[in-house]
Amino acid sequence: MSTKDAPFDLDGAWRLDERVSIRPERFGALLYHFGTRRLSFLRSPVLLEVVRGLAEQPSARAACVRAGVRGAELPRYRAALAALAASRMLVRRSP
Amino acid sequence: MTSLVEEFQYGLDAPICLTWELTYACNLSCVHCLSSSGRRDPGELSTAECRALIDEFERMQVFYVNIGGGEPTVRPDFWELVDHATARHVGVKFSTNGVAITDEAARRLAASDYVDVQISLDGATEGVNDRVRGRGSYATAVRAMERLAAAGFAGFKISVVVTRDNAGQLDAFAAIADRYGAQLRLTRLRPSGRGADVWDELHPTAAQQRALYDWLLAHGERVLTGDSFFHLAGYGQSLPGLNLCGAGRVVCLIDPVGDVYACPFAIHDAFLAGNVLRDGGFARVWRSSELFAELRAPQSGGACTACSAYDACRGGCMAAKFFTGLPLSGPDPECVRGHGSTALATVPAGSAPRPSQDHSHRRGPVRVTISRRRPADRAGFESPLAGLPPSPPPPLRPASRASAMAPDKASVSNGRHVAG
Repeated sequence: MSTKDAPFDLDGAWRLDERVSIRPERFGALLYHFGTRRLSFLRSPVLLEVVRGLAEQPSARAACVRAGVRGAELPRYRAALAALAASRMLVRRSP
Repeated sequence: MTSLVEEFQYGLDAPICLTWELTYACNLSCVHCLSSSGRRDPGELSTAECRALIDEFERMQVFYVNIGGGEPTVRPDFWELVDHATARHVGVKFSTNGVAITDEAARRLAASDYVDVQISLDGATEGVNDRVRGRGSYATAVRAMERLAAAGFAGFKISVVVTRDNAGQLDAFAAIADRYGAQLRLTRLRPSGRGADVWDELHPTAAQQRALYDWLLAHGERVLTGDSFFHLAGYGQSLPGLNLCGAGRVVCLIDPVGDVYACPFAIHDAFLAGNVLRDGGFARVWRSSELFAELRAPQSGGACTACSAYDACRGGCMAAKFFTGLPLSGPDPECVRGHGSTALATVPAGSAPRPSQDHSHRRGPVRVTISRRRPADRAGFESPLAGLPPSPPPPLRPASRASAMAPDKASVSNGRHVAG
């Protein structure tokens, strides 16, 4: 799946789909969506912190900042979040 | 960033792909049954023990279990256990020959996000299927698929073990899956259980393997494989999914009596990690067994490390080597470079390890036409297929090459195919 061109609204409010379960692992975490029956891998502990912060932070950008993602790293995290949204792991919520 | 393959080598806190065989009892006697099933074992876990194991899966955050057997639905408490698992947020994917998929069961299954069904079908036509799975098994599977489709169960799985007889039917299997709104799953024939008796005759030829690889490259996004064809990565391009032996690292098997093996294809004392009742629970076995620690340690590729394909195929399938009598540090018996067939020629007849247990029906409903291999067969005196009409494999479709899979560069990998 190509992820780098997928749009993702960093300033929107997001959360994990309620049918997604997270299991932390040494390399980051495993995600499983019971609806689509798909697995995804979060390949860094920082990305796990970003994903966990989505529901509390006003925007995905804020969740990234909160997890310590610096400006130059942001495109990579945006691409990762876009991939998660494309596979319906993440859904929009009202702010 | 290290690759997922590297990370997975060292194991996970809980398996991704946990197979739980609920019973050795089965109404069929498939010639290639990897668990040599047929008769129930008197020591099978009780309902209470099964429920406690499911509770442990929940604590370990095992996302889902692949329930099989035997035929799991012949357990009287099967539906109770499925309900208990879903109540504990442990997803269930169960493999069945379809015998218990009534209209009511189909409606019930269609209504749950947490339950997936996999219908076993080893021929796209009745003749090819029933020769391996037994008379009437094709009709049973078709009836189950019709009921699931009628109940609106979208995306159930049709699970096919690729053999010499059905390797030319891949398009026909895909058409069957389309007809029922199902997803096709292709897996590798292993010489495990009774499969050891028919492997010589039924494993795909080298030409069929190549055609299968090309077909998977062309259709891999739509087809699940349980990541079972990673030995074919030796052809060049990796197939979607995890190209690594997951045994004891991301995969394991719990058998009907609670024994934990490194993988579903390795029911042998050499791969027995412990028992969920006697050794302090499943989590303890998964995290602390000596066998699993060994499997998670860096492996030596042995003779294979000199081969340019080793980084791709990683030496292939441990169980396939073991049950064909090959050393674990050597090539896979179906090595795409041909090293396996060379090595097989040096294995003395009758020296391959046998499965540690056998629950095959002693008599009764053995409705199969392929006979068990007798020792003489190894020496080539008699073919187990003797007496059957000759059935040369149908011509394979022309190889079509797929567009290259995008290499995984993002921080997220979508593992639809991992252990699917």
